[in-house]
Amino acid sequence: MKTLVYLKDVVTLKLDAEKCTGCRMCTRVCPHEVFAIAEKKAVIVRKDYCMECGACAKNCPEGAITVKSGVGCAAGIINGILKGTEPSCDCSGSGGSCC
Amino acid sequence: MNSKYIIGSVPTVFGEIPRVDTKWNSSDIRNTMRVRWNVGRMRYTVDPGLYAVGNPDAESMVFVSANFKLSFDHLRKALHSLNAWILVLDTKGINVWCAAGKGTFGTTELISRIKICALLNIVNHRKLILPQLGAVGVSAHEVKSKTGFQVIYGPVRAEDIPAFVASGFKATPEMRRMNFPMWERIKLIPVEITYGKYYLILVPALFFILAGLGPFGYAVDDAWHNGGRSVILLFASYFAGCVLTPALLPWVPFRRFALKGLVLGWIVTSTFLAFDLLGPHILEKIAWYLMTGAISSFLAMNFTGASTYTSLSGVQKEMKTALPLQIAAAAAGLAAWIVARFL
Repeated sequence: MKTLVYLKDVVTLKLDAEKCTGCRMCTRVCPHEVFAIAEKKAVIVRKDYCMECGACAKNCPEGAITVKSGVGCAAGIINGILKGTEPSCDCSGSGGSCC
Repeated sequence: MNSKYIIGSVPTVFGEIPRVDTKWNSSDIRNTMRVRWNVGRMRYTVDPGLYAVGNPDAESMVFVSANFKLSFDHLRKALHSLNAWILVLDTKGINVWCAAGKGTFGTTELISRIKICALLNIVNHRKLILPQLGAVGVSAHEVKSKTGFQVIYGPVRAEDIPAFVASGFKATPEMRRMNFPMWERIKLIPVEITYGKYYLILVPALFFILAGLGPFGYAVDDAWHNGGRSVILLFASYFAGCVLTPALLPWVPFRRFALKGLVLGWIVTSTFLAFDLLGPHILEKIAWYLMTGAISSFLAMNFTGASTYTSLSGVQKEMKTALPLQIAAAAAGLAAWIVARFL
């Protein structure tokens, strides 16, 4: 089955090639093969497949990756609007809806 | 919480560690089904801490998991035929992916759990195997610098662990990729169905009551006849949004979930139209298209949260236009439907 792809040109993922040391960590943690290694450095090859989970940024020892991460969840966003907070799925609530 | 999955214990320098069964017993299976239907899903937990699988010793591997029992169950099942340790983090009963997003399956909790469980004394090596999706909350280099433990990200799915171990802790691209096959989407449908909660009774009840309205006052016969038809239509659009959309996701045109839901909602509504079940008046037919479209579209949009490939930026973008339209369509549809009662 081919991988599903969401909306085009919306993703906030950025990679600073200057800082990258080519440790490959981003290629290991990304669930959608967004990164590849070319000439011993990471490159973003499938940007529209990024789901902004933030695993790459969190695990980049050089801090070369930035992404505005959060829940890609309509219910979470509505929850955030109602409470005036960032999108949150309120998982620890009492039996409410959850991601 | 019963703990029939504990079978004996394993002695260590730090006392007896409970040993878990790698097979699911009948209550594990029954509870899994209940949780899939959103029954007790937020209270389905195991105690955080260290567990043993088989007969592990100081050289055995350590697998880290969340304390949502479904996550834990999938891990212990995958570790059959291995001798290993399971370190369960306190994620407040939430699965690895969602807990990592919230930070409870995170660097701080992992570091403190390593200390609480005296992992440094129990194993001689300094390696931890984490589910890949835990990387959203855990910073491997930080764990290494604070505890000495090297974090190795394993496969996304626990079922790939035997192959991952056999290949010397190398996850293939296949194991790293998050797909969303039919069966995985279908497993999520029951929880989606429960999303409506008491609205599932409240809204149909409202339609039953309003259906009796007419130019000659209130008619109970109309309430039964039109009300029954209305309730079936409402449930059909609900079904289109939270059953058909997940099941048929890749085959429905459009990338936006709201549009996918709209397409399916209108296909279902058109089926009703073909059998002349949308009411006698054109205004009522339009009213139904507006309402069923709004319902199905909204519910389909909610499935973005359960899907495995939507981004925050994307969902925000789609909601910005979809949500106001859904609300407007539902309101206009309801108003038109009420007006049609008097025509």
